[in-house]
Amino acid sequence: MQRLDAGLRHRVRFLLNGRAVEGDAEPRMLASDFLRQVLGATGTHVGCEHGVCGACTIRIDGKAQRTCLTFAVQLDDCRLETIEGLTDDKGDLNDLQTAFRRLHALQCGFCTPGILMSLDQLLEEEPEADEVRIRDVLSGHICRCTGYQGMVDATLEVMAARRNAAGGEE
Amino acid sequence: MKPAAFDYVRPDSVDEALEVLAASGDEARVLAGGQSLTAMLNMRLANPSVLIDIARIQDLKNISLVDGMIEVGAAVTQAALLAWPDLVKHQPLLAQILPNVGHYQTRQRGTVCGSLAHAEPSAELPLALATLQGEVVVQGKRGRRVLSAADFQTGMMTTDVAADEMITACRFPVADAQSRSLFHEVSQRHGDFALVALAAVSTAQGVRLGVGGVAEIPRIVDLPLLQGEAVEATLNDLAWELDGVDDPHASARYRRELVRRIGKKIINEVSHATS
Repeated sequence: MQRLDAGLRHRVRFLLNGRAVEGDAEPRMLASDFLRQVLGATGTHVGCEHGVCGACTIRIDGKAQRTCLTFAVQLDDCRLETIEGLTDDKGDLNDLQTAFRRLHALQCGFCTPGILMSLDQLLEEEPEADEVRIRDVLSGHICRCTGYQGMVDATLEVMAARRNAAGGEE
Repeated sequence: MKPAAFDYVRPDSVDEALEVLAASGDEARVLAGGQSLTAMLNMRLANPSVLIDIARIQDLKNISLVDGMIEVGAAVTQAALLAWPDLVKHQPLLAQILPNVGHYQTRQRGTVCGSLAHAEPSAELPLALATLQGEVVVQGKRGRRVLSAADFQTGMMTTDVAADEMITACRFPVADAQSRSLFHEVSQRHGDFALVALAAVSTAQGVRLGVGGVAEIPRIVDLPLLQGEAVEATLNDLAWELDGVDDPHASARYRRELVRRIGKKIINEVSHATS
């Protein structure tokens, strides 16, 4: 049994975008704050801090989740993917990010990292998802400037492109 | 929006969790998915000095069939139950309800038992438990209790679970092959709190109707098979009895109208399938 005292900092270790990372956190520190303030991974944004807006969504053990509703100490030994992991080593945008840019699926971009991480899971697990399903996933996010149509279009386009690419390889 | 300080304990077994609970009394809260509790901590609506994280206890991660019931361990997420291959066959009402619980993202961490423990008046899972007449298994160092849904939820966001006890599982009866069930809710946006949520299950005598989102706890009524105007009259009485209030999301009058209209629709559909 592990017991971590309230007032002390405790070592937390996990995989972040394939790389082993560690840092110290008090039990009350939110995962979102740990990523940004301790690890300097500021691509994950913090919006409402009570689980409503979805801006802080990342993938924990493959599943899109809100980091403002998770404590850093709960991340021990987990596998995390954040927006920083979507681009390749050179920093080039991936297909979904490129489609977002081209189809105007973002404006201010504050909510975008969280939305991309949710859609990243959807694209991987449900490559045949339809518009209703995409909108269901997007309902866990709030975008206050662009609206959702461009995001739906971008996701459908990437799904079709990935299917074509996969078909072409056979 | 940062929580106050707390000790964080990660027990490896239920027994260890119960030891900590017994030692901490009402200073402790059990953390599973944290999709309600962590938000409450962030807003400082809850200020426990100890958090007991049960999410990694293997014994609490099972979904199994026990004596005609689907038993769901306290660390099973809503997404895991929704993905359980036998769910549609064994309990179609739950399969209808789960996609309406929170969002894709919160269902992947939030647990079934955690939602029951939170006992929010408009939450879908407490409504499912009450309508299906399920059970909640509660454990403490003093022993184990099995609570009926009616005994479990005692009020708005309050349950019969004592400070030194924790929920270890909940149980939903396996649906009768003949029975029919339907769920419908109205919310401002998919995944938001339900303004009104209704569930109906056909029974040997007629229909059991559950209403959430209006009164402080889910309201369950067993109705005989009714036809035409009798359905409307019964629902009208029920809509008034629920004593809903005006709040920023909807007026009491609108909620009554939803109970009448959606109630009629789902009662008729469930009854016609039976007869």
